[in-house]
Amino acid sequence: MARPLVNVPARARPGEIIEIKALIAHPMETGFRTGPDGALVPRDIIHRFLCTWNGQEVFSADLFPAISANPYLAFTALATQSGTITFRWIDDQGGAQVHSVEITVA
Amino acid sequence: MTPRHPSTPPVASRRTVLALGSGALASLVVRPAAATPEALQAAIADFTKGATAQPGRVRLDIPLLVENGNAVPLTVRVDSPMTAQDHVRRIAVFNEKNPLPNVAVFHLSPRSGRAQVSTRIRLGDSQIIVAVAELSDGSLWSAQAELIVTLPSCAEN
Repeated sequence: MARPLVNVPARARPGEIIEIKALIAHPMETGFRTGPDGALVPRDIIHRFLCTWNGQEVFSADLFPAISANPYLAFTALATQSGTITFRWIDDQGGAQVHSVEITVA
Repeated sequence: MTPRHPSTPPVASRRTVLALGSGALASLVVRPAAATPEALQAAIADFTKGATAQPGRVRLDIPLLVENGNAVPLTVRVDSPMTAQDHVRRIAVFNEKNPLPNVAVFHLSPRSGRAQVSTRIRLGDSQIIVAVAELSDGSLWSAQAELIVTLPSCAEN
C-alpha cells in the first residue's frame, strides 16, 4: 500500500483533546463495478482502521465499500502521556500499512 | 373437435421467442444490487440487536445537495461528555440505496476525547443516511438526513 498522510500535533498539554487526521492512498474497489471485459472487478477495500496511543486503542473503524477511494478519517484523542501514536490500515488482501508518529505531552 | 395431443411440446412461436429475447436483454442491463429500505432496517437491527434507537443526541453534518457522489464529506457528532462512566461506544452509519446498507462503524472510548468523526463516503443515489450511536449505558440514539445526489458514484463511466 501507499504511503499514508497523517496530521497530528507534535506537542499537546495533558488533558488536551487533539484532532487527528489520517489519509491513505487506496482505490477502495467496491466489487460492484465491471471492468473493460464486462466482468466484475474483485472487491479490494481497507476494511479496518486502528489508532493506538502507546499500545492503547483510542479509535478504530470498520469500513465498507461505501467509503470513498483514498479513505480519510478525522477524529479526536485525549492527550495523556508522551509516546507513540500508531495507525494501522488493514485491507482485503490481509496486508497492513502501519505508520507511527511521536507526540510530546507536557 | 380434435383434442390436443397431451405429449405435444409447446411450440415457441416467433412472437414468444422475440419477447423472451428482449426480456433476457432487459435482465442484462438491470443494476446488480441495491439496498432497499428493508435492507437498511435489517442492517440497523443487526447493529442495535433488535432494539430501537430514539432520535436525538446525534448530529449528522452532510451536504443536503451533493454534486459528486464519489466523495461526500460526512461528520457525525454525538452529544456526550466522553467520561469513563458516560461515553459513546460505537457509531454506525447506514444508507438506503447503495449496493450495501452499511457505510462504516466507528469504535470510540473515553480516550477519544470527543465523540466526533469525519470521513468521505460514496453515494449511489439520492437517499437517506442514518447514524446510530450506542452509548456506554446501552442506550441508542439516532439521526437521519435526506439528501439529493446529482452525480451518483455508480455512474462514473
